[in-house]
Amino acid sequence: MNRFPLTLALTLAPLAVAAQDTPELIVYTYDSFVSDWGPGPQIEANFEAICDCDLTFVGTGDGAAMVARLQLEGTTTDADIVLGLDTNLTAQAAATGLFADAPADVAAPQLPVEWDDPIFVPFDYSPFAFVYDTTIVETPPTSFEELAASDLKIVIQDPRSSTPGLGLLMWVDTLKGDDAGALWEALSDNIVTVTSGWSEAYGLFLEGEADMALSYVTSPAYHIIAEEDETKAAAIFEEGHYLQVEVAGALAGSDQPELAAEFLRFIATDGFQGVIPEAQWMFPAYPIDLPEGYAALNQPETSLLLSAEDAQARRADALAIWRDALSQ
Amino acid sequence: MILRRAALLPGFAVLALCAGTVLVLLMTADGSDGLSRADWATLRFTIWQAILSALFSGIVGVTFARALYRTAFPGRGFLITVLGAPFLLPAIVAVLGLLAIWGRGGVVSAGLAPFGYGPIDIYGAHGVIVAHVFFNAPLVARLVLQGWARIPGEQFRLADHLGLTGWYRFRHLEWPMLRTVLPGALLIVFLLCITTFAIALTLGGGPRATTLEVAIYQAIRLEFDLGRAGFLAAIQTGLCLVIAVAVLGLAAPSDTMRGIALRPTSTIRAKGAARFDKGLIALLTLFLASPLVAVLIRGIGGLAELPAGLWETSVRSIILALSSAILVSLLAVPIAWGLAGLRRFAAVAEGAMMVTLAISPFVLAAGLFLMIRDHVSPFAVALPMVVLVNALAALPFALRALVSAFVNAERVEGRLAQSLGLRGWGLWRIVFWPHVRPALGLSAGLAAAVSMGDLGVIALFGSTATQTLPFAMLSLMGAYQMEAAAGVALLLVSLSFALFALFDRWGRA
Repeated sequence: MNRFPLTLALTLAPLAVAAQDTPELIVYTYDSFVSDWGPGPQIEANFEAICDCDLTFVGTGDGAAMVARLQLEGTTTDADIVLGLDTNLTAQAAATGLFADAPADVAAPQLPVEWDDPIFVPFDYSPFAFVYDTTIVETPPTSFEELAASDLKIVIQDPRSSTPGLGLLMWVDTLKGDDAGALWEALSDNIVTVTSGWSEAYGLFLEGEADMALSYVTSPAYHIIAEEDETKAAAIFEEGHYLQVEVAGALAGSDQPELAAEFLRFIATDGFQGVIPEAQWMFPAYPIDLPEGYAALNQPETSLLLSAEDAQARRADALAIWRDALSQ
Repeated sequence: MILRRAALLPGFAVLALCAGTVLVLLMTADGSDGLSRADWATLRFTIWQAILSALFSGIVGVTFARALYRTAFPGRGFLITVLGAPFLLPAIVAVLGLLAIWGRGGVVSAGLAPFGYGPIDIYGAHGVIVAHVFFNAPLVARLVLQGWARIPGEQFRLADHLGLTGWYRFRHLEWPMLRTVLPGALLIVFLLCITTFAIALTLGGGPRATTLEVAIYQAIRLEFDLGRAGFLAAIQTGLCLVIAVAVLGLAAPSDTMRGIALRPTSTIRAKGAARFDKGLIALLTLFLASPLVAVLIRGIGGLAELPAGLWETSVRSIILALSSAILVSLLAVPIAWGLAGLRRFAAVAEGAMMVTLAISPFVLAAGLFLMIRDHVSPFAVALPMVVLVNALAALPFALRALVSAFVNAERVEGRLAQSLGLRGWGLWRIVFWPHVRPALGLSAGLAAAVSMGDLGVIALFGSTATQTLPFAMLSLMGAYQMEAAAGVALLLVSLSFALFALFDRWGRA
């Protein structure tokens, strides 16, 4: 007797019926990538114009959970490509054995750091940074120490549930290593709160709950270009900024391996990269002409990035230090 | 009698499912590390914030319900319906609404600034508790108000004749009722606060004030250590089970008497007391309504920017919500009927059923996923799974309301029905239905609205094809579209509330 609502929901659910004639490429990504304002719809149109295929983006919630999602589905997954992991999570993803090597002829990306990952193809990047309102913060801090010594209020993300949160954790870990605890303790009176995702943190910052939010060097570009608001800027730290490099990878179990390879090559082209700056609000991973608003961005001179293996190896210790320091 | 015991079968199925999901996760473990010191601290915080939240929600809820019961004013019925609203808010919307009032950049801080005070600091354990009281006090008020309505009007009249006022009136008339209603209501709040996630994270201010749910979330989503998630879930659920059974086992059994006058016709009240009640109602309404107004104001501007495809998402959300409401009703009515027939063990058995509240939706989802993935594509059944998990989460509310409705119906009309020889369908229609209907309306309404705002389950196996309004809202925020997101939040809250009000009004009609 409980069947009824289940069947109801089942029949009314738009079941993914594969189009029979044209091959379908299924790409798992996070929700905001496929939203109307994200880059997904335009990239889909651009790729379908050249591939004679049906590209389907499947938004699977948020980025931090994508690896877990894949592990849950295992080899039964329908996905051909996973797009939107960052380098702090790729070692774990590669270790699942679910991924195939990228085709050898994918162009080399232009990133502020060396790139030689055999599996994953980067599609965009940005240094993490604390974004502030220039009408409120007159002299932004130039280091973590200055930030900790100031009475500026910041909002950050929880590294256990959010990729920027994890990025900040690795940033501090890269700079301070096992002494990170002292810095986190010094920062604790600056931290208004720790949110579960980027959206909440940035939303709170825009609502005036904090002076700064952990976000991206590229975040002000959104305000400059889309809102003609030049009051948001990223504070540049002299010691350097940790990068978020977002990548895509093809699954070994894909029933469309050639199409998947074609898509990975497509990432390096204008049809993909051209959409990134004004929909994803990140730097493209391959050189293209950037929109004017990007010229106004503050940019760090030094970029930091742990290798995927090191990031994976350091994560548990860095998390424990973070948690202990902020639990005092 | 056999039929009545058989009615409990869905209950056993639900318990087996909950235990099964935890077991499936536990079996993936290759030896758990146990609880670290930090885990213990988290567990302690989880429990004590839930206890304090339940206590304060109880105090505020009972005060509110008592004032509401004793005061007649235009719009009272509307206010009682609106009381459901805070509970229906998705956590993230509620948090943003609360912060618009109590945050560092909120209305109160802005009001204090000219006097040289503030900004007030809402972040920390106290913030978590304030948010929980905002969420749950109205729920307690609703549940307790039903109790007040069941005190026969004759008793109030008798109290008037005897000149019982103030404390004595409370002691002899209201306290016995509260002893039967309040423990269950507080237990629900306690269990709800155990699995709190977004509220604790955002308002807690950091890892100092996070709940075990965050650790479970981390285990599943970041580390993919399902064994550890199962281990943590087993501890959390086991603890809650003990507490639930103890609280309901100790609660006084209901002893409703038959009355004719349902509302007190006259009460001897001092003018001061009436004014006090009105002031109290105004104050609490302000506390509960101001964050809602903030959500409304923020959202109106965003309504113009709603994405075009949103109606499809809205329809999907509504279908999900209705399916959950139907499923929970189909499960709860037989279980509640069966439980009400158990007499002595009814309370304990209901306590056991309540743990579906304490089981993390992530654990439930991950466990279900593992169980079925070798048989069907979890994708194809993602929506039914969302419906199932949401219905399970709403089951305790439904049982709370329905069990006492059945018990009441039998106490009040049982003998008369027996002497009239009413059986079968007639018994149901004439005796049970008038009692069950309001409870069913309330619980189906809660189930529908809560499913509407659910984020937890879909987070694990959602897809574009299963996108619901809360996710549409989050993904807009993720694309810097804060205004449009506020618009979606308003739409979501309005739809949730409309569904809730529809069911609730149907029940009370």
